[in-house]
Amino acid sequence: MTAVAEPTNDTSQIPAPEGSVTITVKILRFNPEIDNEPHWESYDVPALPTDRVLNLLMNIKNYADGTLSFRRSCAHGICGSDAMQINGINRLACKVLVKDLLAKDGKQTTVTVAPIKGLPTMKDLYVDMEPFFEAFRAVKPYLIAYGNEPTNERYQSVADRERFDDTTKCILCACCTSSCPVYWADGSYFGPAAIVNAHRFIFDSRDEAAEERLDILNDTEGVWRCRTTFNCTDACPRGIQVTKAIQEVKRALLFKRT
Amino acid sequence: MSESLTLDKPRSPRRPAARRNNFELYSWAFMRISGLALVILVLGHLFIMNILDDGVHRINFAFVAGRWASPFWQFWDLAMLWLAQLHGGNGLRTIIDDYARKDTTRFWLKMLLYVAMAVILVLGTLVIFTFDPNITA
Repeated sequence: MTAVAEPTNDTSQIPAPEGSVTITVKILRFNPEIDNEPHWESYDVPALPTDRVLNLLMNIKNYADGTLSFRRSCAHGICGSDAMQINGINRLACKVLVKDLLAKDGKQTTVTVAPIKGLPTMKDLYVDMEPFFEAFRAVKPYLIAYGNEPTNERYQSVADRERFDDTTKCILCACCTSSCPVYWADGSYFGPAAIVNAHRFIFDSRDEAAEERLDILNDTEGVWRCRTTFNCTDACPRGIQVTKAIQEVKRALLFKRT
Repeated sequence: MSESLTLDKPRSPRRPAARRNNFELYSWAFMRISGLALVILVLGHLFIMNILDDGVHRINFAFVAGRWASPFWQFWDLAMLWLAQLHGGNGLRTIIDDYARKDTTRFWLKMLLYVAMAVILVLGTLVIFTFDPNITA
């Protein structure tokens, strides 16, 4: 049992290195054991321009309020754990620098941090990702090949590999899916991330189950729900052209099959 | 909370199998094609009714009767009626799906929509085909 400090908004314990400015971090807090509704809490924290939002959250958690909950693993924009809404836009907290958020003319900077939308919030900034992964699994995101297995690797030309290169970059952070207004309204929509991962195999020359996946995405909750609002493309921390990938799946359904 | 996390078979698919049904595809394609057709039909209609000759001032019973004597204008108006109703109705269907929070609200709003569509379609079609220019007032 570690020492339990009372949760506090007092941030005076956070070390303020030279060159740091004090900025206000407004966090949408929610503790299911106490709160009925999420509510905003403000913390004045010292921040260097080179800090990332994740550093600020870690400082608040380590020095002020240990009950602050959020996911974070690699902290280098690869694992996709710390997707959250920063100033209203879905971002990875480990990839957003304080210098890009500073208010102009030396005004007081406020950074708002909220959990991603469309998935049930479990506590503070962390959400239940299961509906997201359920949609991901439903598009069969793995190689399906029939016939005899080759004795060596499954070869592929550079051009064939290039065809789906963009969608191999997905890290399943849920930034895109939780920025999609169609997904907010209807959680049974597959969502951009699942379609991106289907795209990665549909257009892979080594895979033989494109038809199967196209059938899945042709259904009521599939690609036809997409209304090309481009929120997903804007949100993707990996720079994947998500909406373009969805449109390519639509085009495959329209012209390659029917 | 823990109850929702303990699943009997956590990896088993929770969605019904794909239905191999192209309804959503056709409805999506219909929206694009009818949208294009409506741009021509509606802009043409507005131009004839409001700008050409004396515009809206020359429209009276005789003017409408004269137009509907020709099968071309009958077809034009019929196409405009059907495409606009189906295009708008399909659009509203998606909007209701998005914004209705309860299944009962969704159901009744859709019923209202479908009944309104049916009434307007039947009434409009009836008028276009059974229009009698010699009707006595």
